[in-house]
Amino acid sequence: MSTLKFLLEKEFKQFFRNPFLPRTLVFMPIMIILIMPFAATMDVRNINVAFVLNEQSPLTNRLIQKVSSSEYFNLVDVTSSSKEALSLVEKGTADMILEVPVGFERKLTREGKGDLLLSINSVNGAKGGIGSSYIATLLNDFALEMRDELAPVVLSSSTPVIQIVPRYLFNASLSYRTYMIPALITILLTLLCSFLPALNIVSEKEAGTIEQINVTPVSKFTFIIAKLLPYWIMGFLVFTIAMILACWVWGLIPVGNVATIYLIAIIYVFAMSGFGLVISNYSGTMQQAMFVIFFFMIVLMMMSGLFTPFRSMPLWAQYITAINPLRYLIEAMRMVYLKGSGIQDIARNLAALIGFAVFFLLWAVQSYKKSN
Amino acid sequence: MDAISVNKISKSYGTVRALQEVSFEVQKGELFGIIGPDGAGKTTLFRILTTLMLPDLGTATVNGLDVVTDYKEIRRQVGYMPGRFSLYQDMTVEENLTFFATLFGTTVRENYDLVKDIYQPLEKFKTRRAGKLSGGMKQKLALSCALIHKPSVLFLDEPTTGVDPVSRRDFWEMLQRLKKQGITIVVSTPYMDEAVLCDRIALIREGQFMGIETPQEIVNSYQERLWAVHSNKMSSLLAELRTFKGIQSCFSFGDVLHVTVIDDQLSPASLKCFLVKEGHADVEVYPIQATIEDCYMLLAK
Repeated sequence: MSTLKFLLEKEFKQFFRNPFLPRTLVFMPIMIILIMPFAATMDVRNINVAFVLNEQSPLTNRLIQKVSSSEYFNLVDVTSSSKEALSLVEKGTADMILEVPVGFERKLTREGKGDLLLSINSVNGAKGGIGSSYIATLLNDFALEMRDELAPVVLSSSTPVIQIVPRYLFNASLSYRTYMIPALITILLTLLCSFLPALNIVSEKEAGTIEQINVTPVSKFTFIIAKLLPYWIMGFLVFTIAMILACWVWGLIPVGNVATIYLIAIIYVFAMSGFGLVISNYSGTMQQAMFVIFFFMIVLMMMSGLFTPFRSMPLWAQYITAINPLRYLIEAMRMVYLKGSGIQDIARNLAALIGFAVFFLLWAVQSYKKSN
Repeated sequence: MDAISVNKISKSYGTVRALQEVSFEVQKGELFGIIGPDGAGKTTLFRILTTLMLPDLGTATVNGLDVVTDYKEIRRQVGYMPGRFSLYQDMTVEENLTFFATLFGTTVRENYDLVKDIYQPLEKFKTRRAGKLSGGMKQKLALSCALIHKPSVLFLDEPTTGVDPVSRRDFWEMLQRLKKQGITIVVSTPYMDEAVLCDRIALIREGQFMGIETPQEIVNSYQERLWAVHSNKMSSLLAELRTFKGIQSCFSFGDVLHVTVIDDQLSPASLKCFLVKEGHADVEVYPIQATIEDCYMLLAK
């Protein structure tokens, strides 16, 4: 026990002497809570629109007014040449061209029908798709306004209208931030509690200091625990700070029990620490370990439903997400944070993570024996 | 009982046979040297004896304890200084020493008299980080850390590699003092001049021991006729002598060449005469006493 104390003392000393690590510790929760929510957003704003007017009329002026007053669209140019508008898209100054053909107003008022040509730069598919649906809604709105003004009141009231009033559950304002923050916090745990201790162990291997420890009576188990404990402590400290920041800055308070969050987070940390140890056992150098960790970090994040819902992935990809521990934690975090789920609701996630913890820790022990 | 007893130890890395049936004994209080070139298997042998690695075949005991089954107890009783500096570079001199003392459940004060001579020159740098020390200082610190738990057997893997000649001499003097305190020391080195300072030496090459004797015995057992040859054209001289009939081997030793002669008819005077005829000037040929290095070259052939 006293050996562990001395080892821990040494680990903390080394950690705080490192010119880089303590700063990262402070910077990470700030980055995750204050900066990332702005970046990791699927809300599409600031779509640049260029108008091509083949006729000038009060109606087109109103249309321009309508589009440019929307918070989603910026008016960048009004021209009469499609070529010029296209060159703006090519340069990247415009994302979308709305072309009004000759006789638009006349056709709309006489026949009750008007055509518009919409061209969208869809290099970024999401922006293109969402942008087109936004503009469609906006134009629909515009058409309704027109109809009310132009057509006799009687006529409009006789058309049956179905009005849908959506009620959004769990995330009433459809805020992407509320959805992302509980998931982003998990990245902190993954980095701090799994990958950092793994790198630390490999660095001792690379420096040869592990040899010097191995010829002392310190048992391997004590050595590993002394490596993991400081990072567990710091990981959960940063995790807690991140949750407090999320509450303070964004007013995001878990609907469910905070204890449930800690429970699943602790199990996740066990599983990922095991995974980190496995990596450290198979790597001889920092370069190897860094590369492997980098690879797995990307896989973990992309295949966890962090950015894109895993249910919309193809079936084979969904199978891959099933062996991703991060998926279970993110899912559970969102459930507890937004829906207020209890332990029974996330039992499946808990069970899966316990499975991972057992699997990785056993593997770590096994490969550790072999590496000697 | 011998301090160390090794019985037919073998170890391979894949197809590379690092050690092949190595056997030897080291007596208590002996200064035992293992001499051999890089890659001869010295470090592998140390790692097995310090319980860092398991042998493929064979058995070994340290203080009567088996290196495989009693590894825990061995770790309490031996000190190991690896060839590469492997203390914590981001911790200070004092912190490193204290840290290793505490890992063995002891304190620096308790065993200070043992490391005093070695540690004293470091005392004034005790708040300096280990990584910022000079090569010789690092080596002293590493030795202090390996000694702080009062081991009865000390393993030193190439302790003087990369250390200046003055520090090297100091270091060997320290080893002699430690030996006087009854500590068994096993030291490996690629330097032949250090071999004579050991009680007994083992010459190792390609994983095999070629002979274990006292330095004097090894030199005495040298039977060849050995001459030193010098001329003004050393580089062409080496090639010429190597093809000369009656000369078995020729190696460069500092500013002379050592040649072993198998032709009994050949005399230094006649060889000198021949070389002058071949266009060499300032030719000198004279018989010399063999050194450990000559013995090593002969055995390594």
